[in-house]
Amino acid sequence: MSTIWQSLELLVTKGLPTTVLLTLGLLGAGLALGFPIAFLQVYGYRPFRWLCRGYEQLFRGIPALVLILIFHSGLARSFGILLPAFTSALIALGLRSSAYQSQIFRGAIQSVPQGQMMAARALGMSKLQAIRSIILPQALRLSIPPWTNEFSSVLKDTSLASAIGVLELTKQGTLIFTRIQFVKGVNYILVILILVALVYLVLTYMGNAGLALLERRLRIPGFEMKGKVER
Amino acid sequence: MNEQHPSRSDGAILRVEGLHKSYGDNHVLRGVSMQMRRGETVVVIGPSGTGKSTLLRCINQLSVPDRGRVWLGDREITCKKQNINCLRAEIGFVFQNFNLFTHLTALANVRIGPMKVKGLKKAAATELAMDELARVGLSDKADAYPAELSGGQQQRVSIARALAMSPQLMLFDEPTSALDPELIGEVLDVMVSLAKEGMTMLVVSHEMGFARSVSDSIIFMEGGVILEQGPPEEFFTAPKEERTRVFLSKITELYGE
Ligand SMILES: Nc1ncnc2c1ncn2[C@@H]1O[C@H](COP(=O)(O)OP(=O)(O)OP(=O)(O)O)[C@@H](O)[C@H]1O
Ligand SMILES: [Mg+2]
Repeated sequence: MSTIWQSLELLVTKGLPTTVLLTLGLLGAGLALGFPIAFLQVYGYRPFRWLCRGYEQLFRGIPALVLILIFHSGLARSFGILLPAFTSALIALGLRSSAYQSQIFRGAIQSVPQGQMMAARALGMSKLQAIRSIILPQALRLSIPPWTNEFSSVLKDTSLASAIGVLELTKQGTLIFTRIQFVKGVNYILVILILVALVYLVLTYMGNAGLALLERRLRIPGFEMKGKVER
Repeated sequence: MNEQHPSRSDGAILRVEGLHKSYGDNHVLRGVSMQMRRGETVVVIGPSGTGKSTLLRCINQLSVPDRGRVWLGDREITCKKQNINCLRAEIGFVFQNFNLFTHLTALANVRIGPMKVKGLKKAAATELAMDELARVGLSDKADAYPAELSGGQQQRVSIARALAMSPQLMLFDEPTSALDPELIGEVLDVMVSLAKEGMTMLVVSHEMGFARSVSDSIIFMEGGVILEQGPPEEFFTAPKEERTRVFLSKITELYGE
């Protein structure tokens, strides 16, 4: 029993923080890049649209692990640029998440009815003003549910960073079980993996709960599904 | 800028000359010209798809006409050098389906134009917005979101939103045709009182009662041109064009007197 507690403590103190940091970094980077990309895709001049579309297709079309390896081993071997493993993972998965997030935001922007922009422009707002004060607040609200999905998958994708040695939850788990796997003749591999899985599960749950709370806080009459079936 | 034009008549607040607009091969406006004096109410009628909405959108440049010119007073709206946002701020637009900003309360809908476009402080804009809401009889709905309002109430808020910009001209695109019959009256009442207060209004509508009693002039559009224009007495009793006659009798059948 004490082995389990010790392992859990190790996971939480020496694995969890990196996982959380990486997740937040990825979501932040993805947001910071994904939002402008989405707006350029919808409202930008044609060359921008093509550029953004190419970007989005590229990074959605490559497996996460391959991207991570490219930004770590690939850069190191071919150009002699050895980035810290954490940085490589942040860049690779961040670019990937920005591509996915741009599609979430694009969908949200496009589902704001055309009439909203028209009414804003008819009042004399510039296109930028209309985007900022009319389209953006509505699109952000519409983005929360699909964004919750992206949060879940980004969180779990961080485990791929273990492949290049980032000491996050999964990596810490494998370190623990290689060290103690045959203590007292019990095979601890499965036990440790279940612990790792549980930590991910709890994290996902808490993140989703937080986002659901945010969604409720920002709820506005008319933004929920109309004509809800009540029974 | 401020281009002078030979046919310019004094006191015209809106002048439209030779407007053409196509969507692809669809030649919608085929040379529309008209004028309005300050304080006039002009009603535009005509069959569906004839370009009435397109005309209104071309006037405030939500659609850019292919050819022709539009003046607001002595400023040419169609002149590329004019700041279109400034000109649009002086032209109110009321849409068939209201287009209230869904994430804002009625008050915030009315307030946002003066704040963002005219740079009014929040307190001043709130006061102004409350006045406009009172004008359309909706002071008690200031904190309601559009989804919590009836269609008639939404349309009145959208009129208040346009009025809050103190426009020189109001464009109405079938303001009552998305409404249930029992809600049309409340919107028309607001429009009637606006007309009486001297607002300049260009109204696309098939509400013949409104056209007959309030308008100074009626325009009949068909096939992308103005077929006939005249004061309501003449227009209804002695239309010059056969097409106008046919359309009027259809309209009476559909909408009643
Ligand atoms: N944005 C657009 N793109 C392409 N075609 C358009 C567009 N807007 C209008 N049209 C076309 O232009 C024609 C005139 O449309 P418009 O909406 O001006 O007619 P209308 O007189 O207002 O008709 P209604 O009484 O049905 O509102 C129609 O054939 C319509 O399909
Ligand atoms: Mg129309």
